[in-house]
Amino acid sequence: MIRLRYLARKLLWLLVTLFVIVTFNFLLFHVLPGNPVRMLTRSGHLTQATANAISELYGLNHPLPVQYLIYLKDLLHGNLGMSYTYREPVTTVLGQYLGNTVLLLAAATVLTIVAGTVAGVIAARRRAGAYDSATVTASVIGWALPTFWTGLILAFVLGVWVHAFPIFGMETPNAVYASPFQRVEDVIAHLFLPTVTLVVVNIAQFVLVARASVIEVLAEDFMLTATAKGLPPGRVLWRHAVRNALLPVVTSSALLVGMVVGGAIEVETVFSWPGMGLLVYNSVLNRDYPVIEASFLVFAVTVLLVNFISDLLYQVLDPRVREA
Amino acid sequence: MVAAELVAEQPPLEPVRAHEARRVWRSLTADWLGRTGLALFAGVIILAVAGPLFFPFASSTTGSSSNAVLQAPSGQHWLGTDELGRDLFREFLSGAHISLLVGLAATAISMVLGAGLGIASGYYGGWIDNLLMRVTDFFLVLPQLPLVIALAAFFGQNISIIILVIGMTGWPTTARIVRSQTLSLRSRQFITRVRSLGASDLRILRVHILPNVLPLIFANTVLVIGGAVLAEATISFLGLGDPVQVSWGTMLHFAFESGAIGREDWWYFMPPGLGIVLVVLAFTLIGHCVDQALNPRLRSSR
Repeated sequence: MIRLRYLARKLLWLLVTLFVIVTFNFLLFHVLPGNPVRMLTRSGHLTQATANAISELYGLNHPLPVQYLIYLKDLLHGNLGMSYTYREPVTTVLGQYLGNTVLLLAAATVLTIVAGTVAGVIAARRRAGAYDSATVTASVIGWALPTFWTGLILAFVLGVWVHAFPIFGMETPNAVYASPFQRVEDVIAHLFLPTVTLVVVNIAQFVLVARASVIEVLAEDFMLTATAKGLPPGRVLWRHAVRNALLPVVTSSALLVGMVVGGAIEVETVFSWPGMGLLVYNSVLNRDYPVIEASFLVFAVTVLLVNFISDLLYQVLDPRVREA
Repeated sequence: MVAAELVAEQPPLEPVRAHEARRVWRSLTADWLGRTGLALFAGVIILAVAGPLFFPFASSTTGSSSNAVLQAPSGQHWLGTDELGRDLFREFLSGAHISLLVGLAATAISMVLGAGLGIASGYYGGWIDNLLMRVTDFFLVLPQLPLVIALAAFFGQNISIIILVIGMTGWPTTARIVRSQTLSLRSRQFITRVRSLGASDLRILRVHILPNVLPLIFANTVLVIGGAVLAEATISFLGLGDPVQVSWGTMLHFAFESGAIGREDWWYFMPPGLGIVLVVLAFTLIGHCVDQALNPRLRSSR
């Protein structure tokens, strides 16, 4: 279904971008101000012998190109270095947090896409009505809301004030569950506010894209044909208009993932959700550079892959792009 | 003859500018979106510029360790005090300065980068265009916040570094917009005409291309400021802000770290957040209206 030439070009671009990101990451850590020896020894005096020993420990005594090759080799072997704070391989540390972030990201992304699309379609159908202008206003305000502050306010109102939802962590500390269902329930309760925060902040832009796309399709000739054929209005809207309008939605879904990844850092910090975002926040406070570096790599590669997949999906979904 | 052609070479700049300024003003005052934006903008300017002048008392009571810590709002401290006994109202006013300063300065960097690369890419075309657009795509696809965090964490907590980092990650969209406008300008007849008259690339860029993409750059600038203010607030909230230059984001970092949410000290975490929202809202609304008035693509569709 996808033309091979196109696939090959996209794949090449993906690989080049990955390579550039990896190289950028290497340079950030090895070349830019404050090499590891200086960073580790900022306090106190250091004998030359100790400095040399540290240099050797981190492989900094090699010339830069050699360091780069070693870095690439380590990366291919899944070795991202040791965390300064956890005294464990970075991959082990990341592994403990990655799953929780995936859970949060998945919940927020799916909810935003589904609710956003439906709201956008409804806004398009009732174009220029009160609902429509309310959507536009909400989208502007949603854009202006800082994600972390929205989280703080929700935590304050729904967590501290009303006591409706937990605002800390992923499970109630020291909880003893009667059944696995109870545990799932507990996690969902903890998941609620972080997810809602991400949805509130990101949904409005999504609604706008869906709305504009549907409005555009509604003006096409085949919509008139469908109505003239005597199809019921609901079927015309959902089967004929929405299906065609979903293409831009796919593209903005990829962009959404990029935004939600950033938002996850803020939201996990606010709600102490034990994911990659909280890990980044703590690593920033502790100046745990290997973890910061690896987290950036994971975030960047994730967003890159999502964009790659959305490009391919676009090809599969839209025959016009395929033939062009 | 030569003199006549040199005169003819000059595009009629003044009338166009006046015309565009009028159009921007009409767009800003036409509906409630623009009017709200203007009102908010005026409020922000008054707060940031005139605030410290009208409330000189704030500075005299600030930072003195004799202040009681974590006070509720009172006649003496309008927004109470923080965990170090600093007057929160005064912090709020000076935070406005830092937030706006970082937002504006970072935007300036983004605009110079975005406009420069966009014009070069669109005007020269060929491999330059190809290379620059690949770089732009690369930065477009990178998630901005993790990138900014990584850079800020490595370069240190200094206000000029934060400005630089936000500025250097905020330009790709501008570059794309400016490039497409430059491309369409380059193929116009008047460019071919001045080129055949022997105008150099530099002169064409300076006299003919730049003035014509400037309105677009201006519209984009206003829109980018909001994003830059948000970016600053976020990295400061995450503890990467300049500890000496306290912005609204830094205030929220201190509020969060000192447990203001659990203590229900709304006067601590509400004002800085509302300040950010209103500033971003002001620039976004104004930017939207300016964009409607100056962006040829949006204009033709109306």
